[in-house]
Amino acid sequence: MIDLNNVNKTYFGAQPLHVLKGIDLHIDKGEFVSIMGASGSGKSTLLNILGILDNYDSGEYYLAGKLIKDLSERQAADYRNRMIGFIFQSFNLIGFKTAVENVELPLFYQGVPRHRRHEMALEYLDKLGIRDWAGHYPNEMSGGQKQRVAIARALITNPQILLADEPTGALDSKTSEEVMTLLSDLNRTEGVTIVVVTHESGVANCTNKIVHIKDGIIGNIEENKEHHASAFGVGSIMK
Amino acid sequence: MKDLITEIWESIRRNKLRTCLTGFAVSWGIFMLIVLLGAGNGVRNAFNSQANDVATNTVQVGGGRTSEPYAGYRAGRRIRLTEDDMNRIKEAFPDIVDDVTSTTSISLTFTYRDVHVSGGLDGNFPSRKDMDKIVILHGRYINDADIKQRRKVVVLPENVAEKFLDNPNIPAERMIGKSIKAGKLNYKVVGIMKSDETSTSVWLPAPYTTVRDVYARGQYIDELTFSFHGLDTEEAHEQFEDGIHAVLNARHKAAPDDRSAVWIWNRFTQNLQMNKAGNILNKALWIVGLFTLLGGIVGVSNIMLITVKERTHEFGIRKAIGASPWNITKLIISESVIITAFFGYIGMVLGMIACDILDKTLGQSSQDIMGMTIRIMENPTVGFDVAIEATIVLIIAGTVAGLIPALKASKVKPIEALRAE
Repeated sequence: MIDLNNVNKTYFGAQPLHVLKGIDLHIDKGEFVSIMGASGSGKSTLLNILGILDNYDSGEYYLAGKLIKDLSERQAADYRNRMIGFIFQSFNLIGFKTAVENVELPLFYQGVPRHRRHEMALEYLDKLGIRDWAGHYPNEMSGGQKQRVAIARALITNPQILLADEPTGALDSKTSEEVMTLLSDLNRTEGVTIVVVTHESGVANCTNKIVHIKDGIIGNIEENKEHHASAFGVGSIMK
Repeated sequence: MKDLITEIWESIRRNKLRTCLTGFAVSWGIFMLIVLLGAGNGVRNAFNSQANDVATNTVQVGGGRTSEPYAGYRAGRRIRLTEDDMNRIKEAFPDIVDDVTSTTSISLTFTYRDVHVSGGLDGNFPSRKDMDKIVILHGRYINDADIKQRRKVVVLPENVAEKFLDNPNIPAERMIGKSIKAGKLNYKVVGIMKSDETSTSVWLPAPYTTVRDVYARGQYIDELTFSFHGLDTEEAHEQFEDGIHAVLNARHKAAPDDRSAVWIWNRFTQNLQMNKAGNILNKALWIVGLFTLLGGIVGVSNIMLITVKERTHEFGIRKAIGASPWNITKLIISESVIITAFFGYIGMVLGMIACDILDKTLGQSSQDIMGMTIRIMENPTVGFDVAIEATIVLIIAGTVAGLIPALKASKVKPIEALRAE
């Protein structure tokens, strides 16, 4: 599903910063992977590249068999829309739109007719157990509810991969656990490929595979089928 | 489309005050444009309706003074037209000239009972009635029998007739059949014509032959007036005028290119020049109006820029979930066009109402200036064509106003979405 071959990225500023130094990564369809690293390790940059939000300098990135390189903005937008679902730390719902309108938005950009996308959005909200909140605005909802809306928005286009950037960063530990359980259920029952970027070992522990990244290089890749690396809140810095 | 409008409505709703204040500038701009054009049209219409009292296809020719020595004569010699010139003109331009008439005039004082009016008699031919678009209110104009029998008859303008009667309760019609004294002789009033409000002097039409013979004018005439047809362009008219100069100059032994030996007053070219002046006025008003509107457009552009800045994060999110740059551009430009068009339309409607008020007040009043009745404005309104033009201007203005902000918005990087607020 995802193939990264020797991907390099340098930020050219006053002091050129070589952030990714030849990343090789392979993620199969249906995997539930976390990318773990301290801040400044390059994990956010990697996520940006995986999500086609940013370009890379050299190497190759294949997403579902398609080479993602030197895309026009329009094409990149189209790929993001159809192949990638984003879950953000700060939810990134649009404040003046209701939950259901937020979920509809990706379909709006696909040109799906109003009725059809409304129905689909309600269906996905139902699936995530927040159908009753469809008409509410984000500021009327709790953090957990907001993240569920965001997940529904990410899922509605039926994307190839779900990219989550610190999905529990703004949530308390109980809600964090709920959201992670939700993601692993989605992975197990629907076979959604999920990549979670985090610096929390508790979050990483919920995934089946942990990719450690340090100073722009992939370190060891840990198989974590048993989920015993670290329990939620144990051995990590408490929030 | 409905989605786009919903999006824009949501955006405008969040910034009501800001939008209204900027919208006011746009309304004001279009309001000024419409009122200026309306007032300009009013002035033009008033001007045209006064000028239209005279047929445009007539030319008047009179004697002048030579400006250069020629054929042994010195410069500054006075040229006097004669009845022969009438026939010359007819012979020289048989295809163009229809009817040539001559006028011979004499200044004198008219008296009726105790009222004295100084002015003069214009010895005219009957066909002048059509050339000058004279409107006969009562009685008749000079006719062929008057010419043949050299009758001592005159036609009075309505205002002169009223002056003679010296009583507003007596209708001007009563003057018909009465005798008035012109100098020492009695003339019978045969008709009352509509008064010419653009002129203060009193020149009463009388039969040409009467004036010629009674006052011993001989062969000399003061003016030639003739109608013509078939000339459409300014060049053709210039050529025609040159031809008249050439024919008459040759007969009176003046240099062929001497433009002051005889004067020519061509109402067609006069009119053409007036139309040109009107068009220039119209253009100037458009420019002033558009510059006023420009202030409003800059205002709209300004708030759109602020809006875009405020919504950077939102645009980042939209782009991350699949909005193309064009989607964002379209959103901003549409918003700008809708704000401009909406407030512009309010301004346009108010402007048309203002024009209507102008029509009901200034448009109905007339002023007496130095004895002339002048209407300042006539029908000071703008037509449907101006409304359409203004709509096009508004849509273009809205697009221009939204262009820079929209380009700025479309360049927002989707990574902005990841930046925590």
